[in-house]
Amino acid sequence: MTEGKVVKGIQFVNFRDAGDPVTLAKKYDEQGADELVFLDITATTENRNILLDVVRRTAKNVSIPFSVGGGIRSVEDMRLVLENGADKVAVNTGAFNNPGLIADCANYFGRQCVILSLDARQIKKGRWNVFINGGKTDTGVSAVEWAKKAVLLGAGEILLTSIDTDGMKKGFDVELTKLISKNVNVPIIASGGAGKIEDFYEIFKKGKADAALAASLFHFGELTINQVKNYLKNRDIPVRSI
Amino acid sequence: MIAIIDYGLGNLGSVKNTLDKLGVDSVISKSKKDIEKADGLILPGVGSARQGMENLKNRKLDKILVNEIKKGKPFLGICLGMQLLFSESKEGNSKCLNVIEGTVKEFSSEVKVPQIGWNMVEQKTESELFKNIPRNSSFYFVNSFYCLPDDKSLIFGETEYGVNFCSILIKENIVATQFHPEKSGQVGRQFIKNFIKLI
Repeated sequence: MTEGKVVKGIQFVNFRDAGDPVTLAKKYDEQGADELVFLDITATTENRNILLDVVRRTAKNVSIPFSVGGGIRSVEDMRLVLENGADKVAVNTGAFNNPGLIADCANYFGRQCVILSLDARQIKKGRWNVFINGGKTDTGVSAVEWAKKAVLLGAGEILLTSIDTDGMKKGFDVELTKLISKNVNVPIIASGGAGKIEDFYEIFKKGKADAALAASLFHFGELTINQVKNYLKNRDIPVRSI
Repeated sequence: MIAIIDYGLGNLGSVKNTLDKLGVDSVISKSKKDIEKADGLILPGVGSARQGMENLKNRKLDKILVNEIKKGKPFLGICLGMQLLFSESKEGNSKCLNVIEGTVKEFSSEVKVPQIGWNMVEQKTESELFKNIPRNSSFYFVNSFYCLPDDKSLIFGETEYGVNFCSILIKENIVATQFHPEKSGQVGRQFIKNFIKLI
């Protein structure tokens, strides 16, 4: 069966501060990341060209799959990113405001290229709502319903970020992940909350995630990808070893 | 000189990047001249079998490829490029190139579809293609469909995803992989390197 993926998220906020994303990408490829996700947080028009340049250089320098998200609003946006060398593109607010975007992208490029990026926050017990605009706007729509609809439209994978656990370092959102995983039949990448090594085991075992994404945890060297994979392997979660 | 077939589907750049890193001359092309002149061919591809066959036919590449394969030219088919070699695909009920007898069918819904991620390839036999690749290495898959060759002796690599399916096929001058070696890190690069060495 497919191994649990350990995915490294790399966020662009300010290129000058973050360091060269391409150098970071190479490093994580060498350290055993299974996939990389680039998230362009500010997603302004002037950042767009910088982003495409980063995509191009990354494609030349890493040999593992990498995905790009942030501000994708049209098929043309997606086409540019794929053409420059990304393997998959994540759509979030752009897709929620225009669900036809998912279908169009899936038709042109194939559903395996289309990741639904879904940010969710718990409203009450058993119920999570979809938030858009960088997690700031409550859409009032159930996360389960939107996930199901997006998959029907053609999303091949879901990048599920829990707003509740994100940045708290108290673990991934097992309940939310399990719920979404139960309701759709595409791979789920769980994101938000990784704080210690046990969290990764939990999200695969109990959360039924297919992949676990962490950003700052690996970035600041608190844990290495190798440590996480060895931990998982020793607990019978199949992972790719290098 | 390797020709990477451009039929409008697939991340051709990744294949070229890998060949560049290996120092192998290559060209991305849809021209008959380039394909006939090349020492080896690579048919990549991500997408649907129906679209793939339509694109090949529109560019008259279907006949050219079958000819080159029959002439014995070394050929590497990747992912959709493997599936198109078969007699038919259940995806859109498409008639494919029919260079390999067999069908292509979809994973059952007992597993997540598409398969997107790394999975172990069990080497069924010894081969120069596996040189310097540790046994049970993992490669990167992105597929909803898998291949069933009529002749089981063509299966050189097998992978488990709900079912045990053919992940590497070898038939004379044809090597075909369901996974993407150009996206499979170090072992993927080694696999392509080994293929090039056989040319």
